Amino acid sequence: MPQQIERINDFVIKFANVNGSGSASANMLFAKSILRMGVPVSPRNIFPSNIQGLPTWYEVRVSEQGYLGRRGGVDMMVAMNPQTWDQDLKEIEAGGYLFYDSSKPLPKSKFRDDITVIGMPLTEICNDSYTDARQRQLFKNIIYLGALSALLDVDPNEIAQLIGEQYKGKEALLKPNVHALQMGRDYALAHLKCPIGLRVQRSDRVGRKIFVDGNSAAALGSVYGGATVCAWYPITPSSTVAEAFARHCKRLRTEPETGRSRYAIVQAEDELASIGIVIGAGWNGARAFTATSGPGISLMTEFIGLAYFAEIPAVLIDVQRGGPSTGMPTRTQQADILSCAYASHGDTKHPLLFPEDPYECFEMGAQAFDLADRLQTPIFVMTDLDIGMNERLCEPFRWDDSRGMDRGKVMTREMLEAGKEFGRYLDVDGDGIPYRTYPGTHPTRGAYFTRGTTKDRYARYSEEGPVYVDNMQRLLRKFETAKEMVPKPVLRPARQATRFGAIHFGSTSPAMHEALDLLDEQGLHVDALRVRAFPFSDQVSEFIAEHDQVFVVEQNRDGQLRTLLVNECAVDPAKLMPVLHYDGTPITARFIVNEIATKLGMFNVTPLRKVVS
Amino acid sequence: MTYLAKPKLHHPALPTNKLGYTRRDYEGAVSTLCAGCGHDSISAAIVQACFELDIEPHRVAKLSGIGCSSKTPTYFLGNSHGFNSVHGRMPSVLTGANLANRELIYLGVSGDGDSASIGFGQFAHSIRRGVNMVYIVENNGVYGLTKGQFSATADRGSKNKRGAMNSDEPIDMVGTALLMGASLVARGFSGDKAQLVPLVKAAILHRGSAFIDVISPCVAFNNHPGSTRSYDYVREHNEAVNFLDVMIGREPITAQYGPGELREVVQHDGSVLRLRKLHEDYEPGNRITAMNYLQEHAAKGEIVTGLLYVDPDPKDLHAHLDTVDTPLNALGERELVPGADALERVNATLR
Repeated sequence: MPQQIERINDFVIKFANVNGSGSASANMLFAKSILRMGVPVSPRNIFPSNIQGLPTWYEVRVSEQGYLGRRGGVDMMVAMNPQTWDQDLKEIEAGGYLFYDSSKPLPKSKFRDDITVIGMPLTEICNDSYTDARQRQLFKNIIYLGALSALLDVDPNEIAQLIGEQYKGKEALLKPNVHALQMGRDYALAHLKCPIGLRVQRSDRVGRKIFVDGNSAAALGSVYGGATVCAWYPITPSSTVAEAFARHCKRLRTEPETGRSRYAIVQAEDELASIGIVIGAGWNGARAFTATSGPGISLMTEFIGLAYFAEIPAVLIDVQRGGPSTGMPTRTQQADILSCAYASHGDTKHPLLFPEDPYECFEMGAQAFDLADRLQTPIFVMTDLDIGMNERLCEPFRWDDSRGMDRGKVMTREMLEAGKEFGRYLDVDGDGIPYRTYPGTHPTRGAYFTRGTTKDRYARYSEEGPVYVDNMQRLLRKFETAKEMVPKPVLRPARQATRFGAIHFGSTSPAMHEALDLLDEQGLHVDALRVRAFPFSDQVSEFIAEHDQVFVVEQNRDGQLRTLLVNECAVDPAKLMPVLHYDGTPITARFIVNEIATKLGMFNVTPLRKVVS
Repeated sequence: MTYLAKPKLHHPALPTNKLGYTRRDYEGAVSTLCAGCGHDSISAAIVQACFELDIEPHRVAKLSGIGCSSKTPTYFLGNSHGFNSVHGRMPSVLTGANLANRELIYLGVSGDGDSASIGFGQFAHSIRRGVNMVYIVENNGVYGLTKGQFSATADRGSKNKRGAMNSDEPIDMVGTALLMGASLVARGFSGDKAQLVPLVKAAILHRGSAFIDVISPCVAFNNHPGSTRSYDYVREHNEAVNFLDVMIGREPITAQYGPGELREVVQHDGSVLRLRKLHEDYEPGNRITAMNYLQEHAAKGEIVTGLLYVDPDPKDLHAHLDTVDTPLNALGERELVPGADALERVNATLR
């Protein structure tokens, strides 16, 4: 008998399935039932660019402490895909567990002797109970869910309750599902040793938190941010942003009296048209956005430059993935930082927001529209596949009803009528932000011609050098103004004063927090600053100045945020040490701890205890 | 003399329209195009059409791409907002603008380089969506601003100024617009203002995607023997199928017409398009026969002009999307932001 991992509310279970086999909804039920028991979970879909047939995985981290980052390593594998058997087996930690379909006998060589093997004849049970091929497939998933509830001590009533919610009003589907669940559970209780060393115990660590994916959170943020026009082109991993926006709008934005839409969604012919529609709508005073990913950003860059120079509000939600177009569409990265920060030709730079989780996707999704209007420029919400397409436990969404939309500096008919001076590119307040008018405002005042940079302060055509420089300088002033408006960074100081700092952003956050706890346990003290936006506030350069060495933790190969910091904060590059994870999987705490501990070793800082890897 | 400011003074006896505006109130800055450019005649036709229709200039938004044609919106409707966007992308910007405020008149001005090459996709897609707009292509078969390269509408076998022959098939903008479902399609000639002004008027009154292809000779690069877009060539080959009169409300028919010579189309807004037929067998109410007719006559080397197709009751993009009557850009927090209670209900579904 191999040694067995014994852990309560702290383990990783991974489901190896075949794409399109209906496993996704069963696996989701598993994750959610644990949440309902008050124990935080963090599931991740690891899926191919495929509709049906290729391998897909669902990794669930169960963590009483609420660590939601990917941990690395697998304590229990639910191996339902013969195609990936060998690879899946290898991933199990020594002392871990393998759950598999034992309907067909497998040679001993196909197993490992340092893990506990739990076989259950799932196919056999299904074939005996169902005649329809599709049912055999679908219920197999629910049957293993039932078995797992027994093996891991998951309350079956929570699963049954969730099935009830899922099939509310569809009794015909509800009953057979609950039956299959019970069948799996009964088999496990009768034939398998239950529970195993990994167990779920009811807790109270979930509270009022919600479980939602970042894409639908960002879409909801756009609804609350007052977006009325959405133009998009399908691209993984961003498509569900627009789809969720449509869903939310249907419920929240239908005019009650008429049933008509207070929004317009256009699936455009390509990303060029998507951003064109957004810019046209923004120019004409509607709040508009697009959702895309890196390849889409590349296609949009000409237009992004026009919007920058013509000063048109626009919001772009970039759900980042690996590049290029035929790259790693279903894998996560933070690799569009530079291409977005400096998108387009000529001297351009754009504000970026970095949400850490769905809660911030909602917050920043809404805030982006105020910033776009206030700053009259494109705003990028830089999320990624990891937070975009996975459900994540986060704080419930909040809204303050006294908050209004900040439409920025818009000159109205009344202001024009009163004789207020209007120059479309006139910096009246010294903040670099001019007034604009919506088309159709006044019969004789306030009309102007929108073009790129060949214009003076009154939007009259000019190709004069000094006029061009004057405008470019004002745009710089505007960017300075933006610094104070974008979300501030969040500091997590170490327990004691230290000369080491770490900067991170976006979806790295949960892994980073866990890593900081682990480093702290080892007596390694690192102050951490989570950057939430570009342009960087002064706090960021101050943080770098206050430390001898700063690790910049990011999920790309070239240290793109680090480049941006070097470029924009005028810091000595030697001070910024890159910690880079870019294999397409989400960064883990283990990776960060190893990297930082090793690098600290180079500065003769040694851990009190050896690094656990 | 383009560097001179246009004088604001005008003759005191200039006629005014119902709004009290003179034709001059619909003008823009002085044109910087070449003397004799067909595009200036199109601008003049737009000015005339808006003046005659008593349109408030500020209720028009004029959008363009890049090229000589796309410069022209500066030269008309000086009190309208204008947008010189990027090459070939006017249709998407116009679509977005239209979605934001359905109450303005959207005038998209483009050229053959802008719409038949880089912007061919956006041209087609904006039309198939039924965006309520007037889409004018000022079609001269040549790239003017970059000094005389063939455009995608240049006829096969036509010669450029240096004598080189174009070997590519031309793109037929009118045929494409018909195929893509434009609900008003016309072709005009910048050298025939009497024909063009009513076409522009009909397009403005039309509540769907109205497309006008205007053959507009380039005096600098495409007005030589061997060109099929020169003034002389177009005059010789112009086959007008009808002559249009546009009326707001029905006016009595005064002239005498032979049987079948006159056809009236009442548009959704009540405006009447009165067509005097010049070709007895031409029927502008049928998309399929219109396409056949155009193909047959194009094969004979004829340039068919006039109102080629009109659907009197079109559905536009807003109808397809079922958007509210209030312009989206005029909706406030009350209509757009669902509030904290609604959010709490969303939260409840996520636990």
